[in-house]
Amino acid sequence: MRATCLNMIYDLAKRDSRVIFIGSDLSPGLLAEMKKEMPERWYMEGVSEANVIGMAAGLAMEGYIPYVNTIATFITRRCYEQVAVDLCLHDLPVRLIGNGGGLVYAPLGPTHLAIEDIAIMRALPNMTVTAVCDAKEMVRLMNCTLDWPQPIYIRLAKGGDPIVSREENGFTIGKAIPMLRARARRSVVLIATGIMTTNCLAAADLLAKDGHDVSVVHVHTIKPLDEETVLEFARGAELVVTVEEGTRIGGFGSAVTDLLVEKLGVALPPVLRIGLADAFPQKYGLQEELFELYGLTPAQIAARTVKSLKVKDKVA
Amino acid sequence: MAGAQATQEMNVATPPLDERSKYLRRLVVRTLHGGERGHVGSSMSLVEIMRVLYDDILRFRADEPMWRWRDRMILSKGHGCIAQYVMLAEKGFIPYEALDTFCRRDSILGGHPEAGKILGVEASTGSLGHGLSYGVGMALAARIDRRDSRIIVVMGDGEINEGSVWEAALCAGKHKLSNLTAVIDYNKVQSAGPTREVQDLEPLLDKWRAFNFAAVEVDGHDVEALRKVFRGLPLAADQPSAVICHTVKGKGIAFAENDANWHHKSKIGKDVIARLYAALE
Repeated sequence: MRATCLNMIYDLAKRDSRVIFIGSDLSPGLLAEMKKEMPERWYMEGVSEANVIGMAAGLAMEGYIPYVNTIATFITRRCYEQVAVDLCLHDLPVRLIGNGGGLVYAPLGPTHLAIEDIAIMRALPNMTVTAVCDAKEMVRLMNCTLDWPQPIYIRLAKGGDPIVSREENGFTIGKAIPMLRARARRSVVLIATGIMTTNCLAAADLLAKDGHDVSVVHVHTIKPLDEETVLEFARGAELVVTVEEGTRIGGFGSAVTDLLVEKLGVALPPVLRIGLADAFPQKYGLQEELFELYGLTPAQIAARTVKSLKVKDKVA
Repeated sequence: MAGAQATQEMNVATPPLDERSKYLRRLVVRTLHGGERGHVGSSMSLVEIMRVLYDDILRFRADEPMWRWRDRMILSKGHGCIAQYVMLAEKGFIPYEALDTFCRRDSILGGHPEAGKILGVEASTGSLGHGLSYGVGMALAARIDRRDSRIIVVMGDGEINEGSVWEAALCAGKHKLSNLTAVIDYNKVQSAGPTREVQDLEPLLDKWRAFNFAAVEVDGHDVEALRKVFRGLPLAADQPSAVICHTVKGKGIAFAENDANWHHKSKIGKDVIARLYAALE
């Protein structure tokens, strides 16, 4: 997904002379061909995120479309004020590409784990927040970025992610994609973003084997949220489950529940939000191991869904 | 530390304020009156810098504010905006009457300048330490476009406490942005008190030079001296320029000069306005 995203920048730059790449202190030889072919549109500016964001803003004020890339924690919380003032207040078409969204950098510890990137980015006016589920969907997203007038945060997964997106579903920024439709309206709805959609599809298989009627909705654009599609699936649902690789405070699940509370009122369906607790991760290891720690594996998502259904029945 | 001494001890005989400088300061007071508040000291120290830039240096078209070939002036110390608002009125970007609405609910003129609301304002500032990075991006854009626009970023001395300023300076030096000029309104008094006590900047000239800027010092209230320096930009063919302007906080208002208590004032009543006008006679 990361390689695809960066290669797409070069591809877009060949198509559109407004495209500029700015990295901080990334891998040697990154986008070397682009650097050679268009040296005035390729920049590597060192460990200086505040300046990189402001510089991108200055270029965007002059009509360019900068694609800025560094590690997700550093492109969000390290320079949050620059993102807010330089990009969002001026409403500029700068693209922020965050490597290692969520728990990708598990072995590197909490300084490198972007657990609140979705929450803090979506709090900013004018910011668009995206988390696609695989490399093929990344291509579709990147093709849309040339014409999107506002700043975009692009959350990257680890790479080598299984391809679950489908060409025939199309791609529009701000439009969620139903990946699996339940037979009945009163069903379980799993709503996810990023690669958690992949885990939810696997969880849905497990739930189906257990006799549950399940829908899966993939929300690649967390903001602006596709209210129409989310409400279509949530209205009358037996249970809505949101799944995210990030904090439950203010993140994707919050975005969905904010909408449901506001629009459905007393008809609010039961909601289970699966995500990270309010704590810095204390463990290292593999991303998959942290998924297990936080209950984000397909089996755990399925099991927690079943448990919530049982609790709901008891309450009823 | 010769540089430190040179910077701090530069003590040129500033010529007395001429009629235009006093007139512009009266417009600043008019604006303060309109809002009953404002950054008094921070605006007064900037008046000659803004005056010379708009009167003699910057290329612009007030009837075509986004003219592509214009020079870009970013007031990075956005709290000094009244000094810029006054010049924007002088040059026809905004009506004089707008000054009387300063900070009012429906005014275009807030306590910090906003692009998109005020014609002639390139970027919204107020949060300090952002402007030089905008300038780097704009200077790179001008280079890519083969456009000879000059980019001038005016910063305060307290502002350059911000680390982001020095990130931007490293970057500008690396790219040899000779179309970029950093101007420092070095009035030596920030909000909390003397810069020397709050966060000493010395040796300031040496700092900019160490970041690969061509740097000079000038009396920031000497109109002729400012003209000479700005007309000589860039200071070097393959370096960004830094112009350190030695100024006086609250310049022209004897009772407010060099007094951190006049950095910003709210609830400015008619009596204070009368005293400010009287000080300028």
